Amino acid sequence: MAADTGETPADGFGRVSRTKDVAFRLLALAATLVGIVSLAALLLNVAVDAVGWLDWQFLTNPPHPNPYEAGFLPALVGSIAIMLMIALVTFPLGVGAAVYLEEYANDGYLTRFIQLNIANLAGVPSVVYGLLGLGLFVGLFNIGYGSVLAAAFTIALLILPIVIISAQEAIRAVPDSQRQASYGMGATKWQTIRNVVLPRAMPGIMTGTILALGRAIGETAPLIMIAAPTTVFGLPNSFFSKVSAMPLQIYNWASYPQTEFQYGVVAAGVVTLLVVLLTINSIAIVIRNRYQQRT
Amino acid sequence: MSQPDFSHDGIRTARGIAFRYLFMLCALLSILTTVAIILTLLIDAVDFFAQVSLVDFLTGTRWSPTNEPIAFGVLPLISGTLVITIGSALVALPIGLLTAIYLSEYASDRRRAYLKPALEVLAGVPTVVYGYFALVYVTPAIDAILPVDLSTFNALSASIMVGIMIIPMVSSISEDAMSAVPDSLRQASYGLGATKFTVSTSVVVPAALSGIFSSFILALSRAIGETMIVAIAAGQTPRMIDLTDPAGMFLDSIQPMTSAMVQIGTGDIVGQGPAYKSLFAVGLTLFVITFVMNLISELVASRYREVYR
Amino acid sequence: MSRDSTASLPAGLGRRDFLAAASVGLSGGLAGCTGVFAAEGNNVNIAGSSTVFPVTEAIASSFSEQNPTVNLSLSKTGTGGGFGNFFCAGRTDINNASRSIADAEIEQCGNNDITPIELQVATDALTVVVNPDADWIDCLTVEQLREIWRAGGATHWSDINEEWPDEPFELYGAATTSGTFDYFNEAIIGEEENHRSDYHATERDRTIVQGVQGSEYAMGYFGFSYYSENPDSIKAISVDDGDGCVEPSIQTAMNGEYTPLSRPLFIYVAKESLEKAAVRDFARFYMKRAATDLVSEVGYVPITEDKRDENIEKLKAAIEEVTA
Repeated sequence: MAADTGETPADGFGRVSRTKDVAFRLLALAATLVGIVSLAALLLNVAVDAVGWLDWQFLTNPPHPNPYEAGFLPALVGSIAIMLMIALVTFPLGVGAAVYLEEYANDGYLTRFIQLNIANLAGVPSVVYGLLGLGLFVGLFNIGYGSVLAAAFTIALLILPIVIISAQEAIRAVPDSQRQASYGMGATKWQTIRNVVLPRAMPGIMTGTILALGRAIGETAPLIMIAAPTTVFGLPNSFFSKVSAMPLQIYNWASYPQTEFQYGVVAAGVVTLLVVLLTINSIAIVIRNRYQQRT
Repeated sequence: MSQPDFSHDGIRTARGIAFRYLFMLCALLSILTTVAIILTLLIDAVDFFAQVSLVDFLTGTRWSPTNEPIAFGVLPLISGTLVITIGSALVALPIGLLTAIYLSEYASDRRRAYLKPALEVLAGVPTVVYGYFALVYVTPAIDAILPVDLSTFNALSASIMVGIMIIPMVSSISEDAMSAVPDSLRQASYGLGATKFTVSTSVVVPAALSGIFSSFILALSRAIGETMIVAIAAGQTPRMIDLTDPAGMFLDSIQPMTSAMVQIGTGDIVGQGPAYKSLFAVGLTLFVITFVMNLISELVASRYREVYR
Repeated sequence: MSRDSTASLPAGLGRRDFLAAASVGLSGGLAGCTGVFAAEGNNVNIAGSSTVFPVTEAIASSFSEQNPTVNLSLSKTGTGGGFGNFFCAGRTDINNASRSIADAEIEQCGNNDITPIELQVATDALTVVVNPDADWIDCLTVEQLREIWRAGGATHWSDINEEWPDEPFELYGAATTSGTFDYFNEAIIGEEENHRSDYHATERDRTIVQGVQGSEYAMGYFGFSYYSENPDSIKAISVDDGDGCVEPSIQTAMNGEYTPLSRPLFIYVAKESLEKAAVRDFARFYMKRAATDLVSEVGYVPITEDKRDENIEKLKAAIEEVTA
């Protein structure tokens, strides 16, 4: 750059650079938008394809090899059942770990190791978690291939690091002065955590957990690895019932030969999944806006 | 941090101590998870390597776990993963970096407030949906637009989709690093008459380089571990690639490690033979590669955090 | 300052409201769950051949509409994987099979005290397909098919017939793990030769349809049902087993003319599982429907009514044995 400016005449200098500057600005803006626009175009495509397929019958019927009779109900209910179980498992564990790391742990070797380990776990591919579920829950604990419990536990482990990290951020955001005030009134550490830190951090923790559940509901590879069945009819009636889930049903339908599946039924399934996901994320955003930015 | 710590467990109550250890247990669970992952993978991988030599696995150029003649060379799968990684890097790294520059240096606060969440959506779409998009929309579109002979299952659409998915990973971490560059550096260059372009490319980017590097590695690690997009759209043809022949790399069907795992996981494999155990050997390979990359990314990132603290 | 202090009060109240709402929501959700999870043990688990899958799927779907409380799961594992890993290990009640159970599998089942009951549910015809633009070809002999698909055989179309294009084949076939592969291998390649390994192998029949659609010089094979659903996008090849070219169709498979590429499809029910009411009901339901249009709609040839009655008797006897 320096060499350029040195040799360019003074009047041309500003102009050339300005052109370059504007061009670069536009290029950067275009780059920012390219992903968003592509996704929007794809979503538009799938929404258009889903028209006429996504109806009440689709949402309430069991799957069927005939695309006009195929339904999504067992997958929809399966996904929600798994998600509720995951929430029950990850919420206490994630908050517990975050409380320990933020409130109890000193800045020692062990803490840093745990922290690094959590960051690393968040980056382990989901298919590897699937193998963990296969070996641990299906193999060692023998709670049934593709069962509600095995699916929920496996995906719970997968999103736990995300829940912990977001809960830690929420807890860290609680002003220290409030803790000191509580201690000043003679409260113990546990009382302070229960009465001051957790209530304050709760909206943030909820938001993070719900967003992580959004990630959980789209996970497919771990379910494949724990041998979740290709298709399920009827609703789960015990914790050991075989379970289907929306993304898994989408994956399996995508291999059906008829174009009515490819550009109809699967599109309807994709839109349903995205609507559920959007609903989950909206709940998280509503909670965040309502409770977090008040102070 | 600087305030004195008045906290105490309330030693009188056993409850206070009980909770302390309960919480600690939750935190230790994460270490337990890592140990469980490593053990699960190792136990079956060791079984596998008792039947197939480690050297054959790591240097073999044929992958055919069920089809005679049986061969367990992992290199074709690593090639497949490499193609997807290169392809998605070509999409995500420049776009992600430019996005980060735009967000950090050019965008107004208001514009940033809606661009950032919109970008995060890219990472939030379930991967099975991206895979479906690649197969039913992207591949036919490319086939119609470009004068190339594109296979139904190909590395090109899959890596474009993986690339789009990891853009926010590159852009958000890089932007954090760029925002952490002290304003004084920018002001100094402006004072010397530099334009915004010069400041962005010659001052901010070099100063944020370790953060950018860290984001690149993390994003690529994610691309390596991505499963559903490649399982749906990239095909199931394990083959060695020729880096000098981009058309051959991208236009045809390949098989990355993750997709091979899905194939074995859903395939008609009876019993506990090497074909089944190879699932864990490939899983272990994948785990080691991504683990090392995440570790490097984390270490590099913690370095930049310290530089501008 | 003042803004802060006024804002913090409603925020505090709001938090309490929120926590109350959250706990109500959670307990409501739990109550709903226990309702759903109360009806235990009402499960039918099925694994096995992907060829039989659509038949069982169609029947399971209509069964499920009449019995919505039964949780019925269906996995594609391949015939052998279904027997070895699921059925004979006691993890499933029914196995879909595109071939008869092997002796080793009977033995494995026996070791785990599982008695398989064989019930034929349909007849399948394998179809060899090419691209509709491949106008030079309509019929192949079994020998020509063998030459195309055996290891070390022909590589170009012109190797089979000099008048055909001098272009390499692009071959799509069933993965070695599938029953379709076994069947094709047995019927066409035979024991002396090996099936070639340099072809696009897949469990997913659609891959084959798409691959063949995509190239003029492609060829593939799969179950007739997949062809019957895409008759315009790909072209079926007639097969000459020594008595002239026979076109694959429901008709020719049912009357046994389409040889050697038609075969019976089965389900195997574990006799022990018939103790469960849900499995009994489903098996009975299946047998009643196996001779109907449900089967031909998914592209297979239904069994005759005599065969159906024979199956129903077989099932009845087994049920009486375990419930007696």
